[in-house]
Amino acid sequence: MSLIADIMANFWLGLIIKLLIVALLVPVIGMIIGFAEMKLSAKMQNRVGPYYAGGRWGWAQLIADGLKFFQKEDVIPADADRQVFKLAPALVLAATVALVVVIPFGPDMAFRNLELGLFYALAISSLSTIGVLVAGWSSANKYSLIGSLRAAGQLIAYELPLVLSVVGVVILAGTMNLDGIVQAQIASGIPYVVPQFVGFVVFFIAALAELSRIPFDMPVAESELVMGYMTEYTGFRFLFFYLAEFVNMFTMSAIAATLFLGGYHFPGLSGDLATVLGPVVLIAKSFLLVFMMLWFRWTFPRFREDQLQSMAWKVLVPVALANIAVTAILKVVI
Amino acid sequence: MTLDQDLVRHLSEVSVSVELQTPEMTLNIGPQHPSTHGVLRLVARVDGERAYDVRPVIGYMHRGYEKLAEVRNYPQITTIVNRIDWVAGYANEIPFITAAEKLMELEVPPRALWIRLILTEMARMASHLIFMASYPLELGAQTPLFFALRERERVLDLLEGVTGGRFHPNFNRIGGVKPAYGSGSKTRKLVQDLPKTFYEETRRAMDEVLHACDQLEDLVAGNEIILARTKGIGVLPPEVAVAYGVTGPNLRASGVPFDLRKVENYLPYDQFDFQVITTQNGDCWDRWWCRLQEIRESAKIVQQAIDSIPSGPIQAKVPKVIKVPKGETYVRAENPKGEMGYYLVSEGGQGPYRLKIRSASFSNISVLPWILEGVLVPDIIAIMGSLDFVLGDVDR
Repeated sequence: MSLIADIMANFWLGLIIKLLIVALLVPVIGMIIGFAEMKLSAKMQNRVGPYYAGGRWGWAQLIADGLKFFQKEDVIPADADRQVFKLAPALVLAATVALVVVIPFGPDMAFRNLELGLFYALAISSLSTIGVLVAGWSSANKYSLIGSLRAAGQLIAYELPLVLSVVGVVILAGTMNLDGIVQAQIASGIPYVVPQFVGFVVFFIAALAELSRIPFDMPVAESELVMGYMTEYTGFRFLFFYLAEFVNMFTMSAIAATLFLGGYHFPGLSGDLATVLGPVVLIAKSFLLVFMMLWFRWTFPRFREDQLQSMAWKVLVPVALANIAVTAILKVVI
Repeated sequence: MTLDQDLVRHLSEVSVSVELQTPEMTLNIGPQHPSTHGVLRLVARVDGERAYDVRPVIGYMHRGYEKLAEVRNYPQITTIVNRIDWVAGYANEIPFITAAEKLMELEVPPRALWIRLILTEMARMASHLIFMASYPLELGAQTPLFFALRERERVLDLLEGVTGGRFHPNFNRIGGVKPAYGSGSKTRKLVQDLPKTFYEETRRAMDEVLHACDQLEDLVAGNEIILARTKGIGVLPPEVAVAYGVTGPNLRASGVPFDLRKVENYLPYDQFDFQVITTQNGDCWDRWWCRLQEIRESAKIVQQAIDSIPSGPIQAKVPKVIKVPKGETYVRAENPKGEMGYYLVSEGGQGPYRLKIRSASFSNISVLPWILEGVLVPDIIAIMGSLDFVLGDVDR
């Protein structure tokens, strides 16, 4: 333990190790979720799913897919704004990676433990939409344009409930530090999903919309917009969008798990064991939420854009506001 | 620094009077698009997400079947008409064969008619199950696809067992249906007309299809989002539907109880007890519901037909070289997609002099410009899908 602490004390060495971990974590999580999506959807639809790649269960399917993407020709449409077109996937992926940085995987085990971690996470999570907007605009394709404008409309509608839904947690915990919120949950003895159930539901729905997952996947809507803002992307740029989508699912779930499900804490674990098992607990909790997202994906159809807007403004925002008011009153009274 | 008051006033007026101009754009949906069922092209004027002046452009799939029919003889034409509405290939043969038989004044043996009727209803189930599969997909739900296609596979297996073909059976002969011969037999002796296990397998498959209809109803009708996406969307009033010549489940969903199975006598439907399903609203949801109920009715018809199938020959006596006497006739039938008719003109030769094909989907999509006026882009897909057309049936 002390050796790790010594290494981390050296700023540059620690930074390099942290960067390596992030650089490994992002594609690995993307692949795991991608593979889970394939296998779970197959399970739900009486299929087998990937089967041959890698010998058993098709475990190497995602690796093969990833390599395939690199072999593809990198097509840039003639009318596209070349620089911006190339920038967009990187922007989306960068926002995703930046979000991983603040997630506390254990007691004081975040890549960067920010005092305003929650504020940072919410701000960064909406950055990827700018990448989407840029991608749609620069593609010189009408489907891409409609898709990216839908994404922007969705962001404006769902950013508000997303932010409002976590205010209750902040009131209860009294801090915006993600590690601090987990510690507050440990101190209070119950995860915040119990007192903040409404907030959790609103956060989860808003997160689905922010991630453009079904039932809110209008920005990509295959049956309407071909592939939405991704229509013109090929090869590894397309892979970037896909990777970002899967990793975003994980990071949003991890933040939800941190805020509402007690984060890295598992009842009964303490001391060094808790420190070591912290990441495992958090990842397990996040994958539980990821599983729910996949489950929704293969069960629900998609909303229409106007139905999404009215749901955000007429249902989620009032509910989130009421939740804040009730939480604040109870906090003062109790 | 002092500001010029006039300039300030002027600028404020300018900013008030200038409205944000959002130009309309032309959105070209198709011919290569995931949900145009082939190669339909729609040209829409889009203002934001609202579409105006939606014009369908057809003809990408035109194969000239009416002209081809003029240079082929009657047995050859059944292979062509199979390919018009390919998801229900078998049903296309019936009105054509019936038209030729009508001109020849042939008496078709009842067993052959029963076999035709059973297979037609199976084709109807196959077609409607494809709709059950693809429609939720257009709304974004992907799982019902697999449930519906699994049932379609059962029906297609039965069709394949009888005819040898899944999509294009080419099973009808003038005066009856194709006899099955023993394989490897040099004498080509007739061994059976239906496979031995056909009755048993069909009974079982129909029970399973009826069970799957309940499953599909649970899966789709129990979903709030699907209801929100389809109820009240794409309402087709009965008078408009009739004016555009819309037929089939699309017409019946608008509340018009018009079913050629009850009106015409091309197959002995009067021997069977089934309902003409109608609904009142004429929206996307009703069209879905109508088709689900029609699968159930078809399964019931097949069950009755299996129990009441007469024995006897399956082929009337016809000359070796078929020549249809001089004359004209029009035979129409209730196909899965709607009314399908053949106007057959014969000059007494081995092939028709002229064959006009009236296909259901062509008339059904002619209502698109009316029904798609001013709807949202996602609803274009929802409405288009609910009309259940096949491009082969549109372009022929």
